[in-house]
Amino acid sequence: MGGMKYAIASRNHPVYWAFVLHRASGLALAVFVPVHLYTLSLAVREAARFDAFLEWTENPLVKGGEALLVLLLAGHLAGGLRLLALEFLEWRDWQKSIVAITLGIAAACGLLFLMNAP
Amino acid sequence: MSGREPPEPELVVEIWRGRESGEFVPYRVARRENQTVLDVVSHVQRRIDPTLSYRFACRVGMCGSCAMTVNGIPRWTCRTRVDRVAGNGRVRIGPLRNMPVIRDLAVDMAPFFDKWQRATGRFVPSDADNRRTFARVPPGSRERQAADAGIECIGCGVCYAACDVVAWNSDYLGPAALNRVWTLVNDSRDGARREHLAAAAGDAGCHQCHSHQACMSYCPKGLNPTAAIAGLKRETVKSLLRGEL
Amino acid sequence: MTGRLEAWLYVAQRGSAFVLAPLVVVHLATMIYAIRGGLSAEEILSRTEDSAVWGSVYGLFVAAVAVHAPIGVRSIVREMTPWKGRSLDVAALLFCALIVVLGVRAVGALL
Repeated sequence: MGGMKYAIASRNHPVYWAFVLHRASGLALAVFVPVHLYTLSLAVREAARFDAFLEWTENPLVKGGEALLVLLLAGHLAGGLRLLALEFLEWRDWQKSIVAITLGIAAACGLLFLMNAP
Repeated sequence: MSGREPPEPELVVEIWRGRESGEFVPYRVARRENQTVLDVVSHVQRRIDPTLSYRFACRVGMCGSCAMTVNGIPRWTCRTRVDRVAGNGRVRIGPLRNMPVIRDLAVDMAPFFDKWQRATGRFVPSDADNRRTFARVPPGSRERQAADAGIECIGCGVCYAACDVVAWNSDYLGPAALNRVWTLVNDSRDGARREHLAAAAGDAGCHQCHSHQACMSYCPKGLNPTAAIAGLKRETVKSLLRGEL
Repeated sequence: MTGRLEAWLYVAQRGSAFVLAPLVVVHLATMIYAIRGGLSAEEILSRTEDSAVWGSVYGLFVAAVAVHAPIGVRSIVREMTPWKGRSLDVAALLFCALIVVLGVRAVGALL
């Protein structure tokens, strides 16, 4: 005997996963924004210090982290546009395709960033 | 009788026994063609364990009383064939999520229907004349079509059980009640539009919806509460900005 | 009353999203463009210094984020943790203030 424990299979559909990504990316960006603003204000006026910081970002691990942030930002943007369209425009029946398009846009932005990274 | 006959095909079905606390109990049931999940549950109750509690009435997808969780997905069991859900040969049947379990597969649907009341899900004639005269509503009008899109709800609670926002916020009115309000907001004969919108906008209302679309994905009648709630979001914002909310 | 608060928060959340959408497009494009050939403090400042356009773009960006992020985080906390009520609302306001303060300093440094 015990509580009812089984997988909530009803969550396993594309639009739900789009929600999970939107929520996770939003939370990650909300945590990143203060850090981002703080480092900018701290360092941009002290060119030497800021450039030292930029050098640190040349580290492939950090570069990967940056690309991930770009991916999250682009994904949150595309997912947010999807929600605005869903809420403020006529209903569309191809919701799953819209989710796929948003993922494509996010992936493209992440790739473009990596391709342009020195 | 003779050992040569092939064994009758069987299905092992696990059914929730208990209340909030309990366990899934396996039963062996003969597999039949065109068997529904409700057939299986009825067989267990009639032939194996008469103490099994569950609820059904019409058996033809009209009354909305036989919804259960089948392999993790809320479904109307009278119209769900075993073939469709037992792909891996396993069927696990539990009560609907997001409602208190009375016993076994029967849930208390009072909170679900109370929310229809709280959402003002009842028709209010626009004036006294409305009761005497015949209302002319062009069937092709935009409002009528928006209302028509949502009126076939049978109140089965599948959308409510599938909704994560209900699980997170027990006050949330849920897809069915909000879908009902949306049909009334679009009903030109209804005279309580402001009340409907105010009820739909509350702390427990349409703005809490995250458009997961589980309600529309699993609605057995193919309704789209997500679109109805999106409509309510737009109309409540308009009335908020006009200072009417 | 709480119903109206939720409705207003919804308007603020979606309204700030409408503002943010084009700004994020600009931000992404600038980022992808700016990192070509490496980034330096000098390069960033040469673009932004004394520029009313960049100043207003980033100023508006910070304001919209300060509205958008706290409302979103508040929803997540309300739904996924037991923390609710007035103290959470105050915390969300403090988060908003933090973004405004850090944002004003950062935009000020760029100009």
